[in-house]
Amino acid sequence: MTMTQASAPAAEPAPPDSPAGRKDGRATERSVARRLLARPEVGALIAAVGVYVFFFAAAPPFREASSLATVLYQASVMGIMTLPVALLMIGGEFDLSAGVAVTTSALTAAILSYQLTLNVWTGVIVALIASLAVGAFNGWLLIKTGLPSFLVTLGSFLILQGANLAVTKIFTGNVASDSISDMDGFDQAKSVFASEISIGGVNFKITIFYWLVFAALATWLLLRTKFGNWIFAVGGNQDSARAVGVPVKFTKIALFMGVGLGAWFVGMHLLFSFNTVQSGEGVGNEFLYIIAAVIGGCLLTGGYGSAVGPVIGAFIFGMVSQGIVYANWNPDWFKAFLGVMLLLAALVNLWVRRQATRR
Amino acid sequence: MTSNDNGTASGGTAVKDAPGNAAPLVELRAAGKSYGNVRALHGVDLAVRPGQVTCVLGDNGAGKSTLIKIVSGLHQHTEGEFLVDGEAVRFSTPREALDRGIATVYQDLATVPLMPVWRNFFLGSELTKGPWPVRRLDIERMKKTADEELRAMGIVLDDLEQPIGTLSGGQRQCVAIARAVHFGARVLILDEPTAALGVKQSGVVLKYIAAARDRGLGVIFITHNPHHAYMVGDHFSVLRLGTLELSAARSEITVEELTNHMAGGAELTALKHELAQVRGVDVEELPEEGDVQVPAATPSDGTPDGTASETSSGTASETSSGTASETSSGTASETSSEKTP
Ligand SMILES: Nc1ncnc2c1ncn2[C@@H]1O[C@H](COP(=O)(O)OP(=O)(O)OP(=O)(O)O)[C@@H](O)[C@H]1O
Ligand SMILES: [Mg+2]
Repeated sequence: MTMTQASAPAAEPAPPDSPAGRKDGRATERSVARRLLARPEVGALIAAVGVYVFFFAAAPPFREASSLATVLYQASVMGIMTLPVALLMIGGEFDLSAGVAVTTSALTAAILSYQLTLNVWTGVIVALIASLAVGAFNGWLLIKTGLPSFLVTLGSFLILQGANLAVTKIFTGNVASDSISDMDGFDQAKSVFASEISIGGVNFKITIFYWLVFAALATWLLLRTKFGNWIFAVGGNQDSARAVGVPVKFTKIALFMGVGLGAWFVGMHLLFSFNTVQSGEGVGNEFLYIIAAVIGGCLLTGGYGSAVGPVIGAFIFGMVSQGIVYANWNPDWFKAFLGVMLLLAALVNLWVRRQATRR
Repeated sequence: MTSNDNGTASGGTAVKDAPGNAAPLVELRAAGKSYGNVRALHGVDLAVRPGQVTCVLGDNGAGKSTLIKIVSGLHQHTEGEFLVDGEAVRFSTPREALDRGIATVYQDLATVPLMPVWRNFFLGSELTKGPWPVRRLDIERMKKTADEELRAMGIVLDDLEQPIGTLSGGQRQCVAIARAVHFGARVLILDEPTAALGVKQSGVVLKYIAAARDRGLGVIFITHNPHHAYMVGDHFSVLRLGTLELSAARSEITVEELTNHMAGGAELTALKHELAQVRGVDVEELPEEGDVQVPAATPSDGTPDGTASETSSGTASETSSGTASETSSGTASETSSEKTP
């Protein structure tokens, strides 16, 4: 019993039903506090409150509602991508191509629509197919070769990064795509992917709402569906999962395609926000997604985590990146601050998990 | 226990069995498996008939797990034939075996440590409710079923929500067995299911095997303990270095012969002399080659079990040879009344 206890975090968030009342009368029921601490996102929540209080005190402009909207926007653009990356991580894999895949998707839609003078929706659909295909390719290669996903997606990262630059240059002779703002369907697409919603005089970007809806969907998927069960299983112990009949290959490929789906969505948002895409963008973001997922309590080795945690992780990211600006510090400190956050979050998560599994 | 020795069994070759001539559910014909250039299994014949328990015995590394992994779809055979319901098949995933009602308790138990007990129980065969877009897990029903099945095995857990990794080795084994019993519709395969279990739970497992047999399931029971095997077995296959050393029906073999075959008669004698050098080991009751003294809780059955404990998935400390022999004698009384010779 002691063998696995130290390393094993508790079960994922307990569904409301409590099996109290039927017990063998030996072990005392884990206290409510312990059960709460067992949830993967608790460490991140504590950290988020800390960061919020810190900037609230240190940076007066941070207290305004419009600042909150900016922080949330920053968090949402990253958070939408963090969700599928977190699910993939719970499923035991990484995707280092996630950052440039966003740019690839946006470039595909922009260049295709512009070059063929199509309705932008055609570009949007083709970009979706391309993004899903990249995800499927990553997953397929992983399954076929048995190589670690770190290596496989490092390869596709380099391929996409190179292709983004080279293909853009072929068509535009430039590092950015041509503006598509005067093309058919642009306004409609912009209202879907990049509009604003005004609440109480403050404008909130629509991505914030998508982000929260996607997080709710991801939570439901993880905890309430077969597929969610399979995600935890393939990340926790792939061989056991296969032995009891879980379709491991399907699950992994679907998770990679989920990352493709996220990349497409964020790519469309960026395209319709800025009308044009810088082909060198996105490099390095893959680590930010992974960092936000880890801060949110997802286990780097897979098999444990939640969708709420990465939401909080992305929110911390948004607060830090904007808070530094509002506090009038040199923004160069951002990465250093993020590094400290990551280490702290990792330690808090470790401590929390120890507390939770001790009985 | 019957001890009618007709002499054919000791020949060391595969003997075609007779009792219950129903068509086999699962059959291996000269099947073999190589891992790269390691030939783990070669030329093995095995038939599993409805309402019969086929016991597979053998030393560590003899190829027992390899054999059942072919049947359960985890590995594919590289030679010979594998038939299900008389039809040659080649499973590419365990899912295909499960879909044909073949459920397995693997030696490493195949559980996911960080997942709750009830999720592990139903992993890969989850119950759902609701129409497609909102089809979701039927958590209530799964928890209830898991609880009932575990209670039926004599395991009562405080909290089905706790990660299975926090259970003891034996408790985890019980979950794995209860799961296979629940999902095994036609064939039940158990790879050393009693390795980490206490007296009571071992007895329950043997009863389960007998009950599954009586319900008309075919059972493959892998064990290092000839007494456990003899209590429930209808047919015995002993593997040695990947080949079939013995294949005999219950009527053709006694438990003493079985023990002797498992240990390899000559080796057992050598072992006896070796043990005689060690102070405190009573070798008087150890069998000699040829004239085999009998069963029960003598050190003779401690020997195969001692080796078993080394392989039982990280729970070695729970099965000292002492508890193992205690187990066999303890369960003898519990199950002997149930078995039909
Ligand atoms: N995945 C594998 N790759 C290579 N060789 C393997 C593999 N699995 C088993 N073997 C080899 O096949 C042989 C038989 O192994 P197997 O696990 O079937 O033995 P076993 O009879 O189940 O032993 P035990 O009683 O210890 O469980 C061993 O020599 C082992 O080294
Ligand atoms: Mg084995």
